[in-house]
Amino acid sequence: MTSPTEHLDPALRVEALASLLAERGLIDDATVETFVKTYEQSVGPMNGAKVVAKAWTDPQYRARLLADGTAAIGELGFKGPQGEHMVVLENTPAVHHVVVCTLCSCYPWPVLGLPPSWYKDPAYRSRVVREPRRVLAEFGLELDDSVEIRVYDSSSEVRYMVLPERPAGTENASEDELAAMVTRDAMVGVAKVTAP
Amino acid sequence: MDGISDMGGMQGFGHVQKLTADPPFAEPWEGKAFVIGALAARISGTNLHAYRHAINRVPPPEYLAGYWNRWTMGAQILMEDSGIITDEQVRARAARLSGQDVPEPPEPEPHKPQMPSGGAGNLRSLDTPPAFAVGDKVRTADLDPVGHTRLPRYVRRRTGTVTAILPSQVFPDTAAHFVGENPQHCYAVEFGSRELWGADAEPFRLIIDLFEPYLEPAK
Repeated sequence: MTSPTEHLDPALRVEALASLLAERGLIDDATVETFVKTYEQSVGPMNGAKVVAKAWTDPQYRARLLADGTAAIGELGFKGPQGEHMVVLENTPAVHHVVVCTLCSCYPWPVLGLPPSWYKDPAYRSRVVREPRRVLAEFGLELDDSVEIRVYDSSSEVRYMVLPERPAGTENASEDELAAMVTRDAMVGVAKVTAP
Repeated sequence: MDGISDMGGMQGFGHVQKLTADPPFAEPWEGKAFVIGALAARISGTNLHAYRHAINRVPPPEYLAGYWNRWTMGAQILMEDSGIITDEQVRARAARLSGQDVPEPPEPEPHKPQMPSGGAGNLRSLDTPPAFAVGDKVRTADLDPVGHTRLPRYVRRRTGTVTAILPSQVFPDTAAHFVGENPQHCYAVEFGSRELWGADAEPFRLIIDLFEPYLEPAK
């Protein structure tokens, strides 16, 4: 097993592994490019934002989304790895949900793409299950003491996504305009959506 | 295992990072690292749970040396275990890529694990009914896990309430070691913050997905 004492530069380790695997036909440049392009261009928080905007403008869709997240998200064509069973958590003025994976960095890829640095960072993983109000405040989200906080630790294959509150003053905004306001951070539950 | 990866509730990691809209891969090698990890289970003839367990076995200093570092080292450990690659090969290749003229060690003999799979993904249907219902009080196990588990330390030996019955799933604790998919019922279990962290805890609720073998009825 790998020696803990001799650190290899991670970029160099990746190059070494990739070249060894490529020689044996186990990985190739085209596959790498396809994966990278998929998660750089097609699978990311813009997908989740569409789900949220639709839920804000279509009460029947919202009801389906909260009852069966996987099916309702699938209606918009979003499915795949790390989205086998989706549960959507609705934030309200009284209840605020926030999602973490303390054991690794499980994240709902089909709707949010790959997790951002702060989500994978030990500080977030260790602290949000112990002092969530303080962590949210550090991120810039000050919640009133009357708001109940529910922290979800995603430790199985279920993946959680937050349905944020629709910001005030957006009554006339179109679905597309609403989607443009929705951020990744709000769909994890560490921020609110604000109107431009 | 009680390793560095089980970090819920640990102290000393400092402030959370700033919220930034980073792209998924800051540098090209990170994209390549992602793909190596994404393919590692298939290449090694293993599964997602074994890959997570391999990442958990990355030595703590390396684990903390960045996400794509532990992701890549976990993939390597998984492939070492299946005889696809050796650490000596990787180091020799890294040295050669750095311009050193070192000999390349031989390829190992593959020995991929054999474990029957109940199909794609991890959701499975069970004939037996779930042991617990929504509203039931449950007590979590006091594990001394030598292998993989998805019961974090911070929720062991605690009393909570079942808030949802989730789809039954492949059991990570056995699948990670190739002794069987052994599918189990799974529950969302809610704990009060004071049950987890004592009387001075911030008031909040913690909800976590737990497999049936981790739970017993609360007395």
